[in-house]
Parts: sequence; structure tokens; C-alpha cells
Amino acid sequence: MSGRGVSISFGGMKAVDGVDFDLREGEILGLIGPNGAGKTTLFNIISGFLQASGGEIIFGGGKISGLKPDKICRAGIARTFQSARNFPGFTVRDNVLMGALFGKPGKTRAQAERTADSTLEFTGLDKYAGMYVSDIPLSAQKRLEVARALATEPRVLMLDEVMAGLNPAEVEDAMALVREIRGRGVSVIMIEHVMKAIMSICDRIIALHHGRLIADGAPSEITENKQVAEIYLGEA
Amino acid sequence: MAFIKRVLPGTARGRLHLGALICVAAFLAVFPGVSRPYTTIFTASILMYIILSLSWTFFSGKTGYISLATAAFYGIGMYIEAILGRYIPLPAAMLVAAAAGFLIAAGIGAITLRLRGVYFTIFTFGLVLLLQNLVLWIEIRFFHTKGRIVTSGDFTFVYYCILAVFVILLIAAVIMRRSRFGLALECIGQNEDSAAHIGVDTTRTKILAFAVSAAPVSAVGAAMATRVGYIDPNIAFNLLMSFMPVLMAIFGGTHSLYGPVFGALVLTLLEEKLIRGYQEYYMIIFGAVMIIAVSFMPKGAAGIAESVFLKLRRRLRPRSHPRNDGGARDE
Repeated sequence: MSGRGVSISFGGMKAVDGVDFDLREGEILGLIGPNGAGKTTLFNIISGFLQASGGEIIFGGGKISGLKPDKICRAGIARTFQSARNFPGFTVRDNVLMGALFGKPGKTRAQAERTADSTLEFTGLDKYAGMYVSDIPLSAQKRLEVARALATEPRVLMLDEVMAGLNPAEVEDAMALVREIRGRGVSVIMIEHVMKAIMSICDRIIALHHGRLIADGAPSEITENKQVAEIYLGEA
Repeated sequence: MAFIKRVLPGTARGRLHLGALICVAAFLAVFPGVSRPYTTIFTASILMYIILSLSWTFFSGKTGYISLATAAFYGIGMYIEAILGRYIPLPAAMLVAAAAGFLIAAGIGAITLRLRGVYFTIFTFGLVLLLQNLVLWIEIRFFHTKGRIVTSGDFTFVYYCILAVFVILLIAAVIMRRSRFGLALECIGQNEDSAAHIGVDTTRTKILAFAVSAAPVSAVGAAMATRVGYIDPNIAFNLLMSFMPVLMAIFGGTHSLYGPVFGALVLTLLEEKLIRGYQEYYMIIFGAVMIIAVSFMPKGAAGIAESVFLKLRRRLRPRSHPRNDGGARDE
């Protein structure tokens, strides 16, 4: 997946400004930047939730920018939301089943059920399967967000702060999960503020500031990048 | 066989519901033979309201898009019978009406279902007024008349036509509940953005559901037209027909099939009693009942029944938590 010159403005303010990026096959790409840098906005553009005002996004040989979210999902790009947006009226299993049922065209009900069950097991949510979202802990709700996206069997998974609000042990678990997801051949692009996590699991990191791309490189290069350090230290 | 197996409810509770439904349908089928004409006519009215509120719930209850267009589709059905009633039998006119309702709703849905929340509601409200005035203009301009005489039908036959719509609607509702289409609608109602991001074509699903929900309304409108004898745009496109199904569904509860049925049954009986006994106070009392219902029964009568049922069950089986008996293991 790659983006060229991706831009969007809200009332004259350029929230994302000419961003070029590439996500390679099987890679874990980190997306960092201070609050308001345009990270989630970029996610929203990729997932079709917002329409870019400039540039284009290419995936699997075709242009996907301009498509609606359901088409982009079925093309193989799934995402999570920063604030969990689960289906409160469904059980945990049904939440995941919906992803399996609608995310991939041409699946029978039985196939979808199998996908749902294996995804529940893979994400360690099987013990909550029959419960409702409001009855499970926050860390499980975050996992459910990931599980629902995974059940659509994506080739690219976009994770928006799935580790926010988790305790250190839960962050470790979440990191292991992300590695396992990549192990299944899914490319991952993740927004994260938990620096320790992002530095240790990402193959490459890109940094945004005021909607512009300011750095792109391996984690070690990013930590030495002056501009990134300035922004983060300047904030602190 | 495989289809029947898939559609039939798998649980004992499901079969109990199905059995109850078959009994009710059988009773309603022999009903005109044993009751007085007035009761048959009145029961047809109850069935009509049940169909309207079930149709409303099917779309608005599930998706949360509140439609006030019921009167528009109902009126379209009435006019189709008024125009075609002389030439074709009622069931055929009802089919034409259902098709017309479906197509018009699909067209309207395609324009408006990109709108969210209150805009959609206001549009559907305006639609009724628009049609009312449009039809009035057409009638006066081209036919030099304000109203039309509708060929009246045998009331027992009309009753059976409406009963048929009711049975078809119930069967369709039960089948759709766990179908891909029904689940897609459910997802949209619970979180439309999430639904879109897991691959649900939300726009298409909403348009189709809106169109499907309009078809029985128009069909019933055609059947009921034969009972009034004369229609004009004010009678056919009566806004009360938009509000009643909403009130009935909210009163009964929109989360189960029983809610709208119960709400329509109770409120039609109440309306009948009030109109006959207290004509002057009818609207005041009716309004008060609605305010109380909305304030104190957020999930409707069905919601109250369910919480009473759950409480009883908890008392009988104190150790099982009713919400996690769907196969969750203890931690």
C-alpha cells in the first residue's frame, strides 16, 4: 500500500499535507506524532471514512482513494478505532462474527462462524465469547476491536492506539499479538503513543507533524532524528 | 428440507414462539366465521396497525433512522386501489401497491438515506405533505375532481387479504432476523461507522430495508381503501398514519417482534374505546398515555415484560447470570 501527496483540509487548515508513505508487504509500520499531527486523519482517509482533497492511495495495484469504507474493507484493509466502537447489542462472538460475515465477499455462514471462532481463539477472547461488550474489561474491549477487524481477513491492518490505557503487562500482551498478526502475513500500520512498544515492534516508523511527514526510517534512525526529538522534547 | 431446517428455530424457546404464532394465525384464519361483522372489521383495523408498526420497526427500530413516511406509502396504496380497483381484483391491486411502495421508497431512500439523524426524519415528514399536495394538484388540474369513489369490497375478503399480508410479514421478519441482511441492518443500528468498516454496504442496505418496509404498508393501504368508499388527498395522506405506528412501536418496544404487535393491539383498542366513549377527550387521554409510556418505559412494554421475566428467572435459578449463558466460560 502506498500514498502519494495525500492531503486534506478542514476549513482552510491543512490537517494532512502532501504525505507520501509506503507500507511494505509483511511490515509493521509505526505512525507517530504529537496530538493533532494528523495521524488519525490519515487513517480516516486510508479507510475511506474521509475523502482526501488531494493525492491518491494505491493498494494491490489499484487506486483505492475515493472508495467507500465497505469497499476498502473488502479490498483487504481493515482498521480499528481509537475509541472502541463495538456493537453493544451483540455478544463478543457476534461482534467478531459480523466482521467475518461481511468483511470478505462470498463467504458462507458456516465459514464465517469458523473464522469468528478461530479469530476469538487467536486473540484470546474465546473466554468472553458469550458476554456482552459492557461486561468485559477494557483490555478485552481493545482486543475485540482488533479481533473484529482481523475477522475480515485483511492483508493490511490499521491499529489506532490499541495500547492506550493498558497496563504494562497488557501492553506486553498487545505487542505479542501484533507480532503474531504480522506472523500471519498481515501488514500492520499502527498509531501509538506508547513509545517503548512502538520502538521495539516496528520495522519502520514515520512521523507526522502539523500534517506533514517529517521523518521516515528505522526506529534507531527515528530516535536520532533531530526534528522528532525537538517536537517530543519540546512538548515535554 | 435444508432450507426449512435452517429457517426453523433451533432452540426449544424458539419453537415455542413459532407454535404460539401458528396458533394465533390459525385462530385469526377461522375468526370471521365465528364473530360478528363489526368485530371482523375492527380486527382488520388492528391487523392493519400491527402491520404498519411492524413495518416501521423493521426499518426505523433497527437502524435508528426515524421515518415519518408511513402515511405516504399508505396513501399511495389507497390511490392505487382507487384507480385500479374497478379493473383488477383486490389482491392484484395490493401487489401493484406493494411494488409501487417498494420502488418509490427505494427512490426516496437513494436520495435521503445519505442524510443522518433528524434530517432524514424531517424529509420523510415533508414527503407526506408533498405527496398530499402533489396529488391534490394533479387531481384538480387533470381530472377536475378533488376525491375519488373507491369500489367497496366484501369485508370478510378484505380481512383475509390483510391477514395474508400480516402472515407474510411475520414469516419474513422471522427469517430476516438472523439473515445476513437482518444482521447488516442490526450492525448499522448499533454503530453505522463500524458497520461500514467491516464491509457492510450501509447505503445499499438502508435503501433496500426502507423499500422493503414500505411494501406491506402500501399493500394494506390498498386493502383499507375499499373500506372507506371515498378518498381525497387529505384522507389518503393523513399524517396521523405516520405517527400512530411510531407511537405503537415505542409503546410496545422496538427490540422484539412482540413489542410492535402488542403496542398496536393495546393502542388500537384504547383508541376505539376512547373514540366511542369520550370523543372530546380522546386525543388528550391518548397523548397522556404516550407521554407516560415514553417517559417511564424506555424499552416499551416488551422491555418491562423482559425485565420481569429475567428477574423471575434469576430468583428461580439464582446462580446463573442471564447475560452470560450464551456459552461463556467462567474465568
